[in-house]
Amino acid sequence: MSIAAAILYLLIFPGLLFTSVLGLLVGWVDRKVSARFQFRVGPPLFQNFNDFFKLLGKETIIVKDGIHSLFVAAPFVAFGTLVLISTMIGGALFFLQGFTGDLIVVMYLLMVYSVMVVLGGTSSGNVYASIGGGREIKLLLADELAFILVLLVPIIKAGYELQLGEIIAAQTAQGMFVGSVSGVIAFLIGLLCIQAKMTLPPFHIPEAETEIVEGPFMEYSGGPLAFWKLNHYMMWVIFPFLLVLLFWGGFHLSGLGILWAVLKYLLIVVLMIVIKNTNPRVRIDTALNFFWKYATPLAFIAIILAVLGV
Amino acid sequence: MGWYNKRLAKSLWVFHVSASPCNNCDIEILDLITPRYDVERFGIKLVGSVRHADVLLLTGIINQKVAPKVTHIYEQAPKPVYVVAVGACPASGCCFKESYNRTPVPEDVIPIDMYIPGCPPKPEAMIAGVAKLMEVLNA
Repeated sequence: MSIAAAILYLLIFPGLLFTSVLGLLVGWVDRKVSARFQFRVGPPLFQNFNDFFKLLGKETIIVKDGIHSLFVAAPFVAFGTLVLISTMIGGALFFLQGFTGDLIVVMYLLMVYSVMVVLGGTSSGNVYASIGGGREIKLLLADELAFILVLLVPIIKAGYELQLGEIIAAQTAQGMFVGSVSGVIAFLIGLLCIQAKMTLPPFHIPEAETEIVEGPFMEYSGGPLAFWKLNHYMMWVIFPFLLVLLFWGGFHLSGLGILWAVLKYLLIVVLMIVIKNTNPRVRIDTALNFFWKYATPLAFIAIILAVLGV
Repeated sequence: MGWYNKRLAKSLWVFHVSASPCNNCDIEILDLITPRYDVERFGIKLVGSVRHADVLLLTGIINQKVAPKVTHIYEQAPKPVYVVAVGACPASGCCFKESYNRTPVPEDVIPIDMYIPGCPPKPEAMIAGVAKLMEVLNA
């Protein structure tokens, strides 16, 4: 792949522009469906774009105490991380491109995002933001092990291949991984881990707006806040794409395949919205209990089943 | 600035400042986000942190004790920020007019852009007020 193509990937198609625009649109789907759940009308289609551009034009306030450079850098580093992840996942999904071990890189970059949330929040010098940062770490400790175990299941089923493209190729050859017992278990646990990684209800413990007012993002205003919001909406693209890639056989963009691709993506998004709207926030100890006592052992069982070939 | 103000008019995030109210206006404000009125149609949402706010909804007579805090909150909000005073209290003092601890001129404490009178104003009146603010921004 030439450098020009790589830059095009990064900035236009699976990367920055595509993920941001699709993310903001899917963010509208989220808000609209949530509104319909509560018998409201909901916001207009371009609401998230308006929010984003409005925030870009607002005054950016930098708090006197706290670490200024980290406070400003965190949202942009997190944005860059998500652009990299979306380029890698999108490149594998749409062009079957990648390198050996790119799944491991994706795992680590996803963790970098959470670390940036913690760093940005705690460097603002605000008590509530620090509490939110602490809760983010606890949530990361809770869901990370289960998430990595879930990612191991498609790797094993694809014949110990660590490359995203190879996992899609294996599913094209032997059918979707979600069609097997271990695949179903891993997919369901993966869905819940993603709920926690995106800090959506019932796991929106770090930014619980009724008790610690948006947590790590409390002191952010203007441009940096706009990028935090954009980051959140970009994850509405990245995580469903990752699940489609790992368990639902990726996209086959020709003829009816395009319709299937859209349906697969929207089905996962709607599943996430339904979980989000039907569950109240759990306490941090409940979340830890859930992930360590139930989700992780189940993911282990899924791995054993995958090794046995079920 | 015309393009930017149009974006701003379509996504007003509201922070609720209770400056010693009797709580009646606050309850009516919460009516605005219920299914019957649903101001998210206009992109309006209530935010918890003043750093995210575009509009400060001010309720109540601003008494002497809370006045410095109201000024402080106004200074903490990122500009441009608009202040909408809801209810009869900020406008006239209502039944607390003779109260010894009331701030006689609320504009000394916080620059108010718009008054929505009523004790409490109906949700329809508040939506009409916000629509006027949008008209000003869109002009």
